[in-house]
Amino acid sequence: MRPRLWLKIVGMLVGLFLTVPTLVVLPMSFSSARTFRFPPEGWTLEWYERLFTSPEWTTAILNSLQVGLVTTALATVLGTAAAIGVTRLGERGRGFAVGFLLSPIIIPNILIALVIFSAFLRLGMTGSLFGIALAHTALALPFVVIAVTARLQGMDPALQKAGGSLGAAPFAVFRKITLPLALPGVLSGAVLAFVISFDEVVISLFLQSPTALTLPVQMFNSVTVQIDPTISAASSLMVLVVSVPILLAQVIGARRRNAGRQR
Amino acid sequence: MPAVTTVSAPLRTGLSPAGRRRAAGLLLLLPALVALTLFFLLPMLSILLDSVTDPEPGLANYVSLFTDGYTLRVLGRTLLVALLVTVAGLVLAYPYAYLMTLAGPALRAVMVTVVLVPFWTSMLARNFAWMVLMQDGGVVQGFFRLLGLGEVTLLGTTTAVTISMTQVLLPFMVLPMFSVMQQIDRRLLLAGQSLGASPFGSFRKVFFPLSLPGVAAGASLVFVLALGFYVTPALLGSPQSALIAQVISVRTRDLLDFGGGGAMGVFVLVVTLAVLGASRRLTGPGAAVGAAHVMAGGDR
Repeated sequence: MRPRLWLKIVGMLVGLFLTVPTLVVLPMSFSSARTFRFPPEGWTLEWYERLFTSPEWTTAILNSLQVGLVTTALATVLGTAAAIGVTRLGERGRGFAVGFLLSPIIIPNILIALVIFSAFLRLGMTGSLFGIALAHTALALPFVVIAVTARLQGMDPALQKAGGSLGAAPFAVFRKITLPLALPGVLSGAVLAFVISFDEVVISLFLQSPTALTLPVQMFNSVTVQIDPTISAASSLMVLVVSVPILLAQVIGARRRNAGRQR
Repeated sequence: MPAVTTVSAPLRTGLSPAGRRRAAGLLLLLPALVALTLFFLLPMLSILLDSVTDPEPGLANYVSLFTDGYTLRVLGRTLLVALLVTVAGLVLAYPYAYLMTLAGPALRAVMVTVVLVPFWTSMLARNFAWMVLMQDGGVVQGFFRLLGLGEVTLLGTTTAVTISMTQVLLPFMVLPMFSVMQQIDRRLLLAGQSLGASPFGSFRKVFFPLSLPGVAAGASLVFVLALGFYVTPALLGSPQSALIAQVISVRTRDLLDFGGGGAMGVFVLVVTLAVLGASRRLTGPGAAVGAAHVMAGGDR
């Protein structure tokens, strides 16, 4: 069935609405004006220079990288173990465990920020990068579980049994069979965890302190507290850091599916 | 040696192989469950407790939500914005998702990417972009002037917040819809037509009803996310047009009023769970899970 012309036009407009607005950050980041005038009237690299040389921005970038890496490590290890563990439970236990593991997805972030802020305030853990990473781990965990579970579901359970019947110890079965097969899911879970942490604003905003500022918080403050055009360079950087891995994953995934079809 | 341990283990623990499998599963799950309990469940319960004990025991915090004259207006505004964003999202997402199911493999890959890239693009970058577009003398204002709407101030208004939130949340609408529409057997439409229905008639009577679970899943997801949205209203709105998330932030971060802020949070949570529960009844868990898979890059 061929779609009607008006439907195609609507689809194209929606596609443009989804993509084009965000693209203004790219020309904005080279604008020489100190205001956010668009389209820009002159060009400069000043904001990129500031982004990579001024201490407040470089510290924020390094903080975000640290928090992102700690979150990725924690969420990937915990999430992968949990996803594998879930497959070994009975029907009812599985439903309960999955529901609990995925619950942070459906809770509004403002509420997660509020409850973690209140708890950390009592424990004296606000204003620490490690505290932010722990909160991000709770947020990223469900995505790792989903990515790994999707991969495990496509796996033949007979492979693990075969390994066991050939004399491999349970841990050897895990290391030599389960883990290698689940690896693509684990990797995409790790990428998602990093991206979620690197981009997270609300929780980091609640837990911030002058020594624990992440890049999104610095960006948020640079438009609400003072007007600092460096945010446009930071936005462009974020678009690259966050979107490119996802795009690549999409392209590679599509290639692999195609290759699979041809075989 | 390994063979010996596998044989002796059940003797030692007295567990059947299935029981042992379960025990190992629980052991693997344990760290994640402990982490979520510590950094999610317990803090949540503690806020729930605060909301009925701080400053004094009772339901005063909840009563004042509806009687202080201010919060009720904020709640009303928040529900209205969430509703508008949901309806606008439905109108935009349905034709797009429908088109995705008709497209060939190459075009479909492009269309999926067009949805996923903004989904994974920095939240702040997207909101900053809207700030630039919405400012006085900005592109959107010029567009409104072209339409003959005159000079409209956008930044700081609920209109600006609604437009931007619609765009930011649109992927959450498209993905569950697409995931359901994709599974509809197109031969049913042909069957409808061969029985005498017009193409539009068979769409309306066959395809549309079958796509409703995806519509319900997308709509409930967007509505719920819009309810708790903080970044867009904080950047594009103003204190005069505050949404509930901004008020929660002021109450807790600036005033450290965890009882009052907590009561608002619990209210948002109750509405969230009610909406999701109702949509789950309508659709089954399949649609939302399917969308989560598309988002996480799994193929379905």
